[in-house]
Amino acid sequence: MKAKAYLSRNESEAIVAFGGDWSVECPLDDRDGVLTDFESGGFQTVVFSGKSLGKWDSALIAFLLRLIQECAKRGISYTLTDMPDGVEPLVKLALTVPPRVVRKDAEHAKPMLDLLGEAGIAAWNASCKAGCFMRKAYRSFARFVAGKAVLRKSDLLWEIQEAGVSALPIVSLICFMVGLIVAFVGSIQLKLFGAQIYVASLVAIAVTRVMGAIMAGVIMAGRTGASYAATIGSMQVNEEVDALETMGISPFDFLITPRLLALSLMMPILTVYADLMGILGGAFVGIVMLGLSPEEYARMTLNALVSKNIIVGIVHGTVFGVIIALCGCYQGLVCGRNASAVGRATTSAVVYSIVWMTVATAVLTFIFNLIGV
Amino acid sequence: MTAPFLTVSDLTVAYGDNVIMKDVSFTVNRGDVFIIMGASGCGKSTLLSVLTGLKEPVKGDVLFDGLPFWGENSSDANRKTAMRKAGILYQSGALWTSMTLAENVALPLTQYTALTPAEIQDLVALKLDLVGLAGFQDFYPSEISGGMKKRAGLARALALDPQIVFFDEPSAGLDPISSKNLDDLILQIKENLNTTIVMVTHELPSLLSVGTNSIYLDVDTKTLIAQGKPADLLKNPPNPKVQHFLTRGEK
Repeated sequence: MKAKAYLSRNESEAIVAFGGDWSVECPLDDRDGVLTDFESGGFQTVVFSGKSLGKWDSALIAFLLRLIQECAKRGISYTLTDMPDGVEPLVKLALTVPPRVVRKDAEHAKPMLDLLGEAGIAAWNASCKAGCFMRKAYRSFARFVAGKAVLRKSDLLWEIQEAGVSALPIVSLICFMVGLIVAFVGSIQLKLFGAQIYVASLVAIAVTRVMGAIMAGVIMAGRTGASYAATIGSMQVNEEVDALETMGISPFDFLITPRLLALSLMMPILTVYADLMGILGGAFVGIVMLGLSPEEYARMTLNALVSKNIIVGIVHGTVFGVIIALCGCYQGLVCGRNASAVGRATTSAVVYSIVWMTVATAVLTFIFNLIGV
Repeated sequence: MTAPFLTVSDLTVAYGDNVIMKDVSFTVNRGDVFIIMGASGCGKSTLLSVLTGLKEPVKGDVLFDGLPFWGENSSDANRKTAMRKAGILYQSGALWTSMTLAENVALPLTQYTALTPAEIQDLVALKLDLVGLAGFQDFYPSEISGGMKKRAGLARALALDPQIVFFDEPSAGLDPISSKNLDDLILQIKENLNTTIVMVTHELPSLLSVGTNSIYLDVDTKTLIAQGKPADLLKNPPNPKVQHFLTRGEK
C-alpha cells in the first residue's frame, strides 16, 4: 500500500493522519501538496496520528521531522499518537542535539580588492615556503656530501633504479617516436630540394642539443615527479612524515635527498639514451621510408654529432632532473591531509615541473648563446 | 526463535598461500549485536571484507538473508542485491573528502532511490540529526574531528535504512566518553530501526556492554575457538586464550 498523509483541521486543531507503507524506495506521492497545506496554518495544535500506518522506515521520520520543524517555527504544539514503536524514540533522538548554528565564510561575497590581496598574500607565502624548502634541500644535500645525512643506502639505490632502468622502456618508445616524427616532418620539406640526406643531420642536431633532454624531462615529470609527489603526499596523509620529524630524522635527509640525487644522476644518462633512441627513430624514417643507405645515414649523423651539442643536452637533462625532483618532493611535502590533496599535489608536481623546465630551457639557451656554445 | 540473517559455513580465507582462517562457521541472527573478536592478525577485518563482498573466500558458503552470497549458487548480482540491505562504518569513517557531509550521506540515496532532491535533503538532515551532527551539512570531512567523522560515517551507513550494519572497530581512536556515546547511539539506532549489527572490536567495555553474540578467532590455529554472548564467555571462558583476551591478560 502506498504512503499516505491526510491533513484535516477544525478551528484550532489539525490532525495529520499517516497511512500506508512508508519507505525511501516508495515515497509519499503528494509530499509538496501536504506540506503546502500544512504550511498554510490556521491552527494552534496538531496531532500526528499513525493509526493506519503499515511498514515504515526513515522516510516517515524525515517527513515527520519536516512537519515538526514547521511547528517549531510557528509556535504550534504537537503530539504523536498511535505511532508504531520506534518512531517516537527516533524523533526524540533526532531532536536531542539542537542544530549548531555554524557559519562558513562566504568567499564569493568578498570584494575584488580582498580577493586580489589574498591572492597576493598567498603567492608571497608560497614563495617563502618554496624558498625555505630550497634552503633545507640544499642543507640536506650538504649534509649528505659531508656524510652526516641520515638516509638508507638501499633507498637511494632503489630510487636510482626507479628513476633509471625502470624508465628505459617508456623513454625508448617516446623518444624513438619523436625522432621518427622530426625526421618525417623534416623530410617533407627537404625532399622539395632533393636534400633528404640532411634528415640525418637535422635529427642528430635537434635531438642531441635539446629535444632528447626535453622529451626525457617531460616523461620523467609525468612518471617520476608525479610518483614523488604522490608517495610523499600519502606519507603526509598517514602522518609518516610527522613520525620522521618527531624521531629527529630530517624528512629532507630521508626522503628528499635520495630522490634528488637519484634523478639528478639518472637524467643525464637518460638524456643520452633518449638522444640515441631519437636518432634510431630518425634512421628508421631515413632508411625505410626515404631509401637512404644505412652507411650514408650513419656517416651524416656522425658528422652532425658534435660534442658541444651533446654537452648542452646533458646540461639540460641534469638541470631538468633537479627541477623535477624538487617540484615532486616539494608538492608532496606541502600536500594537505586528505586523498584529494594528494591528487592535487601530483597534478601540481607535473605542471610546475614542465613550467620550470621551459623557463630553464629559455635561460640555458640564452646563457649558451652568450658564451657561444 | 530469531531467524538467521547471515549464515557462514566452513569458511576458509587466504591471501595467496597464506591461510588467514579455516573452516569457520557461525550464524548471525536478526537483531543480534554480533561481535567478531580476537587478537591482532587473526583475520577479523578480513572476515568483515568477506561478509561485505570485498574478498572472495577460498572455500565455504555464506548465506546473506537467505541469498547465496559466497559459495554454491552465489553470483555478483546476489552480492549486489544483498549489499543493498547493508551499511558499513569503516574504522576511519572513510568519508569522501571532496564532498560535504550532506553530499556524503546523499550519494547512496541519489544512487539507489527515486527520491526528489527535497526528500533527499530531509533524509540527509534526519540522518545527521540522529548522529548528533545537525548543522554540519556543509562541512567537509577535513573540517571536523575524528569522532564526528565516525558519526558522519554512521549517518552515511544508515542512509538507505540498512537491515544490517557492519562496523570495523567503531571505537578505535575515540576517548572513553565518545566511545560510550557511540555505543549508546549504535544501540538506540539498532533498537528503533530494527537493525542487525556485526562489529569488529577490541574494546572490552564496548563488546561486553553491547554484544548479544560473538565469535573468537584464534590467531594460532586460525579457527574459531569460542562462540556465545561476550558477557557469558567472560563468566565461563571455554578457553584460556578467550579468558586472557576478555580479562586483558589479568589473572
